[in-house]
Amino acid sequence: MTDLTKLTLKSAIDGLKARDFSSEEITRAFITNIDAANPVLNAFVVQTSDKALDMARASDARLARGEGGALEGAPLGIKDLFCTDGVQTTAGSNMLRGFVPPYESTVTANLWADGAVMLGKLNMDEFAMGSSNETSAFGPVRNPWKSATSNADLTPGGSSGGSASAVAGDLCLAATASDTGGSIRQPAAFTGTVGIKPTYGRASRFGMVAFASSLDQAGPITRTVEDAAILLRSMCSFDPKDSTSLDVETPDWTASLGKGVKGLRIGVPREYVVDGMPAEIQALWDQGVQWLRDAGAEIVEISLPHTKYALPTYYIVAPAEASSNLARYDGMRYGHRADQFTSLNDLYEESRAEGFGKEVQRRLTIGAYVLSAGFYDAFYVKALKVRRRIAQDFDNVWDRVDAILTPSTPSSAFALGDKQIDPVTMYLNDVFTVTANLAGLPGISVPAGLDSGGLPLGLQVIGKALDEATVFQVADVLEQAAGFTARPDKWW
Amino acid sequence: MAIDAATVRKVAHLARIKTPEDRLEPLAQELNGILKWIEQLDEVDIEGVEPMTSNVSQPLRLRADAVTDGDKVADVLSNAPKSADGFFVVPKVVE
Repeated sequence: MTDLTKLTLKSAIDGLKARDFSSEEITRAFITNIDAANPVLNAFVVQTSDKALDMARASDARLARGEGGALEGAPLGIKDLFCTDGVQTTAGSNMLRGFVPPYESTVTANLWADGAVMLGKLNMDEFAMGSSNETSAFGPVRNPWKSATSNADLTPGGSSGGSASAVAGDLCLAATASDTGGSIRQPAAFTGTVGIKPTYGRASRFGMVAFASSLDQAGPITRTVEDAAILLRSMCSFDPKDSTSLDVETPDWTASLGKGVKGLRIGVPREYVVDGMPAEIQALWDQGVQWLRDAGAEIVEISLPHTKYALPTYYIVAPAEASSNLARYDGMRYGHRADQFTSLNDLYEESRAEGFGKEVQRRLTIGAYVLSAGFYDAFYVKALKVRRRIAQDFDNVWDRVDAILTPSTPSSAFALGDKQIDPVTMYLNDVFTVTANLAGLPGISVPAGLDSGGLPLGLQVIGKALDEATVFQVADVLEQAAGFTARPDKWW
Repeated sequence: MAIDAATVRKVAHLARIKTPEDRLEPLAQELNGILKWIEQLDEVDIEGVEPMTSNVSQPLRLRADAVTDGDKVADVLSNAPKSADGFFVVPKVVE
């Protein structure tokens, strides 16, 4: 019999609908895999196996009646920053250890309404602040992939490292994730999976633990471009409970697949050639350009002159918003409260020092600094102005190109512990992805090849606001051309 | 614009994060490293540029000023570190 845990989301949904197998069967198969793998991969921080089986049996009953939603019976993993009613939600932080939301995030509510089954909550960098999953209070996630030249444990990337590891390691069909500076696309690139961050405002932020509200956006990590189109559609909706939610229709993005790129104009930004970029990354990018040219696209060299300022801008804007958002954790109404204190102020300070990890403390400190009297204009307001320059760079090229092709990351997955020495080195992981967050644009990472160590590398397609259709169209052609079928050898 | 230990002490207090004395100097060095990297923004011509606070150009929606939710005391208190009789219990802060 087929190993149900290796199916794509699409083939699983079709098989469930055709009653080739039941939701209970595929759910049990994933639970078996999670039980065996999680002590090693550490992808799940909460397993909800009993709840999953209940949901699966309910799905089977609906399917038996010929009913069911777009995801009926499909077992998914949920990043631990989506609030789930009655199930612990921590965002990878000791601050929220034991926090059980009495409400459901809009994104996950949409998934359950479409019939999906929840296997559990997925590990992540604390409050989504990290690129390697090493800032999680629950310990780092391990990447199912290993280099051919070393036995070192590799990072699955971050902050959605649990999501990426679980999808790549056959622990769920697909997973929800979120992306503030690259947290969907970088882990997808590091694990040979597909990850898309939609246009800002497509997916509701209601019930997502906030990091930087003007940048945070939910999206899926999946095994194929088609799966990403299916899951993203279910996640997105207009939501009056999110003031930045866009009141627009959510299209069926699977209609973009198979259309080809003949006649599309693809921009290749010269500023994305960065210092010290490995030759393999450049070669992969050149290959991607060639694939699209061969498929009939017109390649246009473009300039996005403010690209190099995107990361420094991000490291002002995101910590500033975080310092404001995370002010809510005062140890009074929910979250960690210190036992020992000498005054009210001391209670706040002790609770936050005990509850937050080192990287979160570092960013909250930067945020407080750039917002403080005397530095607000010099740092924060200046960053907001540069942010507009970065967004204008994109506006200036959309009359000449329909989408933009770049590498997803400047390297393949690195070893756990490798980049902890210097925060700025870690921040550089997001050099190709962060521009799309600052400008609010959709961006997808598609697995496109392997490096010399046999590790996956991704290509990124960035599109116009609300034009995920073209992004999927281009991603589909890249996926077909790359023919990426490599899977990690099971060593866990 | 170098940050010293005294500045870190002040900012850590603004962020309400207890920071031991022996952490101030190392933190100052880390933050200086990050800020030095951020300084490249000084090269950008931002003359006449409006600050960009949002990616969403639509105006904020208005809703009816009506009660749509409530009577959820147990839910509201369910994650409180301490509660009693339908109230949050906080440490005594006024003598």
